[in-house]
Amino acid sequence: MNAENIAKPRVVVKDLNFFYGKYRALKDINLDIAEKKVTAFIGPSGCGKSTLLRTFNRMYQLYPQQTATGSIMLDGDNILDKHQDLNKLRAKVGMVFQKPTPFPMSIYDNIAFGVKLYHNLSKNDMDERVEWALKKAALWGEVKDKLKQSGMGLSGGQQQRLCIARAIAVKPEVLLLDEPTSALDPISTAHIEKLIDELKEDFTIVIVTHNMQQAARVSDYTAYMYLGDLIEFGDTSTVFTNPVRKETEDYITGRFG
Amino acid sequence: MINLYTRRRIANATGLSVAVLAMGFGLFWLCWILWTLLDHGLPALTSAVFTKMTPPPGSTGGLLNAIFGSLMMTVIGTLIGTPIGILAGTYLAEFGQRGWLAPVTRFINDILLSAPSIVIGLFVYEVYVVHVRHFSGWAGTIALAIIVIPIVIRTTENMLRLVPSTLREAAAALGAPQWKIISFVTLRAARAGIITGIMLAIARISGETAPLLFTALNNQFWSDNMNQPMANLPVVIFQFAMSPYTDWQNLAWAGALLITFSVLTLNILARVLFRQSASTH
Amino acid sequence: MSMFSHEARLKRQSIFDALFRNLTRLAAFGVLALLAAILASLVMGSMPAIHAFGFGFLTSSEWDPVNDKFGALIPIVGTLITSVIALVIAIPVSFGIALFLTELSPRVLRRPLGVAIELLAGIPSIIYGMWGLFVFAPLFADHVEPWLNQHIGTLPYIGPFFSGPPMGIGILTASIILAIMVIPFIASVMRDVFDVVPTMLKESAYGLGSTTWEVMLSIVLPYTKVGVAGGIMLGLGRALGETMAVTFVIGNSHELTKSLLNPGNSISSALANEFTEAFGELYTASLIELGLILFFITFVVLSLARYMLYKLGQREGKAA
Repeated sequence: MNAENIAKPRVVVKDLNFFYGKYRALKDINLDIAEKKVTAFIGPSGCGKSTLLRTFNRMYQLYPQQTATGSIMLDGDNILDKHQDLNKLRAKVGMVFQKPTPFPMSIYDNIAFGVKLYHNLSKNDMDERVEWALKKAALWGEVKDKLKQSGMGLSGGQQQRLCIARAIAVKPEVLLLDEPTSALDPISTAHIEKLIDELKEDFTIVIVTHNMQQAARVSDYTAYMYLGDLIEFGDTSTVFTNPVRKETEDYITGRFG
Repeated sequence: MINLYTRRRIANATGLSVAVLAMGFGLFWLCWILWTLLDHGLPALTSAVFTKMTPPPGSTGGLLNAIFGSLMMTVIGTLIGTPIGILAGTYLAEFGQRGWLAPVTRFINDILLSAPSIVIGLFVYEVYVVHVRHFSGWAGTIALAIIVIPIVIRTTENMLRLVPSTLREAAAALGAPQWKIISFVTLRAARAGIITGIMLAIARISGETAPLLFTALNNQFWSDNMNQPMANLPVVIFQFAMSPYTDWQNLAWAGALLITFSVLTLNILARVLFRQSASTH
Repeated sequence: MSMFSHEARLKRQSIFDALFRNLTRLAAFGVLALLAAILASLVMGSMPAIHAFGFGFLTSSEWDPVNDKFGALIPIVGTLITSVIALVIAIPVSFGIALFLTELSPRVLRRPLGVAIELLAGIPSIIYGMWGLFVFAPLFADHVEPWLNQHIGTLPYIGPFFSGPPMGIGILTASIILAIMVIPFIASVMRDVFDVVPTMLKESAYGLGSTTWEVMLSIVLPYTKVGVAGGIMLGLGRALGETMAVTFVIGNSHELTKSLLNPGNSISSALANEFTEAFGELYTASLIELGLILFFITFVVLSLARYMLYKLGQREGKAA
């Protein structure tokens, strides 16, 4: 089920299975994530799209009784390897969540928090890095005069862009977006979508979304999942206009009637 | 049918009136006690209360040494108890998912939370006062710290549990080590709630008398030596109120007014602070 | 930024992680150690009395410091009686307050009234004691006790409990003041557990035409009975261990009489009054044994309370 035409795969998922205790939530998933492209996971609630995303940075590790088997290769390393250093992995794979999660500290410190984990930057270098990240996230203009204020005081859309800035400040290679606009209004959503388009110049992006129009708008490749199975994976335009599988067609057309 | 309906209505009206009366009953005592305090305490609250030492029977004086002693012991007791409480509360909320230690500690802590404070006094007497052979400010401080710990543990755990797990995930997704996630993100997010808990703990120990009776005892004179018996408001109030001398009884009322209004102010401040921070989240 | 320093940093982080985890674990463990230490020190302190009197300590009503003869019966009975009477008064009042706060109060008043009740719990117990001794007891002696003597004291069976010298201080006064003190504790637990009743459940009953009172009695109370019982036990735990308020007004007499108007004693007030003045090893040890008994009783009561509240919480979890 691999898309034949992925030239430069950055992440290679092979025979991935995932378990919540005994419940098998992902079933033999195989797919490639293309470098510096946007890959979208779509499907109905509970299909496993978020679960799949959360294996890429082993977020499931925080909870007991969640296990994954198979392999996810990134730069020749198996992410799922027991000896994989999680801190190093998460420096390479950044993540943005459904709801904005600004830390209870100033805007500046929010961004610096992640950077400080990996680099001892001088005050000047840190200032530059914060500015760089905020500019990348298209937030600089709105917050440059209030960097010392709490991140919690921003609007929802600004908070989400702050979280994106925080994730990219670490300069990850892969950026995971878990329904990043589901808690936002349409205008903020448009901001973020435009941002995703710009960010793919520098980062490999994987996005989970329940909004199919969004997947069609922002992604280069789309994976349709259902009940833990990867039903169809390919070029976004192909998946949306000419799906191979009947299930995919039903889902896509069903939504829009 | 009408009969039954009327009966039901009467039962309802009676029950609800009783509820209103019960509410009035509760408020009635609160007002009566506060009124008594103002009535007896205000006339006795002269400037001498804050500038003079506790007097021998039959002469006038103030409560300066007792106020000072109470402040010392309350502040140091809080400083000792709070970090221990925050650490243990953090364990319960953040690390205690597996194993026996967390559930057992939680249970024991809930018991200590409402254990008779006089027993804490006895305990400190047995393990400290008996060994150093004299009552002291330190002994009182230790007893108060032991009362602070369970309160802080309880609020710390509860407040950490209110922090959304996505915030922890977001910090973990950056690759932050757990100690940093907890101390810079989750504890910080729970800060207002924990401070509220600490304020309530301070309010609680500032009025505690029983644990000080056998530990700090009392001291008629000024003493800033924590290794000596130390005057403190609650015990002074106890002794003066139970005495036959009017001067002493008046001072006791002044002290009672001071303690009650500081405790109630702390209580109200803590709630206001918590509400404010809750509304900005 | 060489790779080497990066590795070293990661290593340091994992050491910090382990340190931090163990530090918090140590603090949690300290709580257990504290309980063990309290028990051990009380048992050790009371050893001389345990040796001298054995189980007879629990059943003897003698308290004679001059001849070194001690028994705990009177303070134990005093503690239990005052606490039980306090509960008898406090439970219906607390229920009324909780009912008022959850169902009847206008929305604007709900918070301030709730806070007012909680402030009642915030007043230091020594204040209740002073107020009881100087304000409440004289009024009680002048107006209530003579009435009790005349009207209830002459009744058969219960009469003897309510006849006696109208002194103001005594078991009944202590019980009433204890009741006022535990009302806020019980009322706020009841309010909290009433709040967990699913709105839909209450609405279905209202939908059938039930009155508020019927909804409370037949829906809310049965649904929350375990939690309500837990709250009551919590109040009982408070009442049993309360020291200062009782010490002021109970009268501190080591005598057992039928009349609730007579002075009596409780464990905690015996400790507060006599401990610093106790002479001789046996006297001190007997007092410490009293403390041990008090700790034991409250431990059992509070454990039951927590168990019940935990049960309610668990059912909540399942229902949700």
